Amino acid sequence: MSILVYIEHAEGKVKKTSLEAVSFANALSAKTGEGDVVAVALGSIDASELASVGKAGAAKVLHASDARLNDGVILAHAEAVAQAFSSTGAKTLVLAKSSLGDAVAARLAVKLNAGLVSNVVELPNTTSGYLVKRSIYTGKAFAETSVTTENKILAIKKNAVDLKTDGADAVVENFSVTLADADFASKITSTERATGEILLPEADIVVSGGRGMKGPENWGMLEEMAKVLGAATGCSKPVSDIGWRPHHEHVGQTGVKVAPSLYIAVGISGAIQHLAGVNSSKCIVVVNKDPEAPFFKAADYGIVGDAFEVVPKLTEALKAEL
Amino acid sequence: MKILVCITHVPDTTSKIQFTANNTKFDSTGVQFIIGPYDDYALARAVELRDQTGGKLTVLNVGEAETEPTLRKALAIGADDAIRVNTFPKDSIFVAKQIAHYAKEGGYDLILMGRESIDFNGGMVHGMVGELLGMPSFSPVMKLDIEGTTVKMAREIEGGKEYLEAQLPLIAGCQEPIAEWKIPNMRGIMSARTKPLNVVEPVSQETQAEATSYQLPPAKGAVKLIDKDNVSELVKLLKNEAKVL
Repeated sequence: MSILVYIEHAEGKVKKTSLEAVSFANALSAKTGEGDVVAVALGSIDASELASVGKAGAAKVLHASDARLNDGVILAHAEAVAQAFSSTGAKTLVLAKSSLGDAVAARLAVKLNAGLVSNVVELPNTTSGYLVKRSIYTGKAFAETSVTTENKILAIKKNAVDLKTDGADAVVENFSVTLADADFASKITSTERATGEILLPEADIVVSGGRGMKGPENWGMLEEMAKVLGAATGCSKPVSDIGWRPHHEHVGQTGVKVAPSLYIAVGISGAIQHLAGVNSSKCIVVVNKDPEAPFFKAADYGIVGDAFEVVPKLTEALKAEL
Repeated sequence: MKILVCITHVPDTTSKIQFTANNTKFDSTGVQFIIGPYDDYALARAVELRDQTGGKLTVLNVGEAETEPTLRKALAIGADDAIRVNTFPKDSIFVAKQIAHYAKEGGYDLILMGRESIDFNGGMVHGMVGELLGMPSFSPVMKLDIEGTTVKMAREIEGGKEYLEAQLPLIAGCQEPIAEWKIPNMRGIMSARTKPLNVVEPVSQETQAEATSYQLPPAKGAVKLIDKDNVSELVKLLKNEAKVL
């Protein structure tokens, strides 16, 4: 028996969120006795990188290196993972919530007749039945979800578990999948991706700006602070609506939901729709010149002051300390 | 072209979330319900596509009688008719099965819905319907154009987007900026009253992952304010107290 983990990679590296999923599966197996954690990776990637997934707790990595899987073609990925699931005899599939992961998991739920829980925030309670806690109402509440099927799929929310880093290298095995033309019915024609930057949905620290920044030309100081912190940059909805920043940086109810360790909001008043996107952050710092800004109520630390004065000083202080 | 848009009936984004009946039910006291914001984008794009290519636009909701005002609003925005599957939406697979059943019956070319509902946030129903119907499914889709039977889409990925092409029929979970939300005008509101709203019975499907109880996150402590002339104090607190640096 084993637990299967679908891992994603970009630019030659396994994603950190996928390593969290492997860590989650490792802890789950220790609890339920479901045996080894086996990861499945699709498309071209170095075997040495895959072996390092063992550090997070995988005993084995199945590698389907078919180059047609390099692009995240949803149907083909779902079919390949289904084949890995049946060949390993797993009953549980774990994956990280992501753009591709969600799309693939939904199809797998039907293919595998598996109860699927998304936004899982902690290990299941298996003392009586199989209860999984997940985040709902965009982080404003939690639900205990009862999974009643033999096969199960858990899509893990970021920061649900601590990343395991002390495992031994995993055994990497080639895995051949049989894919039909129909699995490639859609064609990815091009991809636009911010390269070399820290991606917002996966970032451990996020620096976000709102309308208080007064214009796109003032983002340099936030980028500077983000650079010092190794953080991603985000923004509020009005900022992306006016076009000061690209849509993929919009944090909030209808944008990216982040769950970093540290979220620094500068010049954002804290409308409830914005808070919905950040309320899973471990620690929130708010800089705003309006002491009545609602964001202060949701913050751990606050500075009442002008962004143009506070941000450069804070960046200097961070530089001195880090 | 026949288009189906599936909508959710969800609490307004500014609602205070509370539970009742020993934390087993959502407390709807004083809560205003709306069309799911992502579904609203899907509906807006569907209205544009219907106006462009002709054909018929149907909206569907899986829900009990209280969701009818939400369906009427969708009719006012521009849908031609509505279907309400008369049952409580118990979990994703249960809802997907209902949609798949009535979508198959209706023979739609394009099925749109929001990328996720804003109550349960699963984001899984479109993919499940796709698999149940043997149709390709895509999400989150932020741009969708139709040329003949080819659908050109942009899908949001971490830190960017992916452009792709597929053939009709297909299913897409939508998000902004696929279209601007449409606000119903008076003529739309008047005509919505007489457009057909068909109530149909659910098909059977066992639930697989049903929510059994709810809880609210622990209350946040008071904010610690730091003087703007003493920012190094904040850095110390982040390092030593919050331990996030």
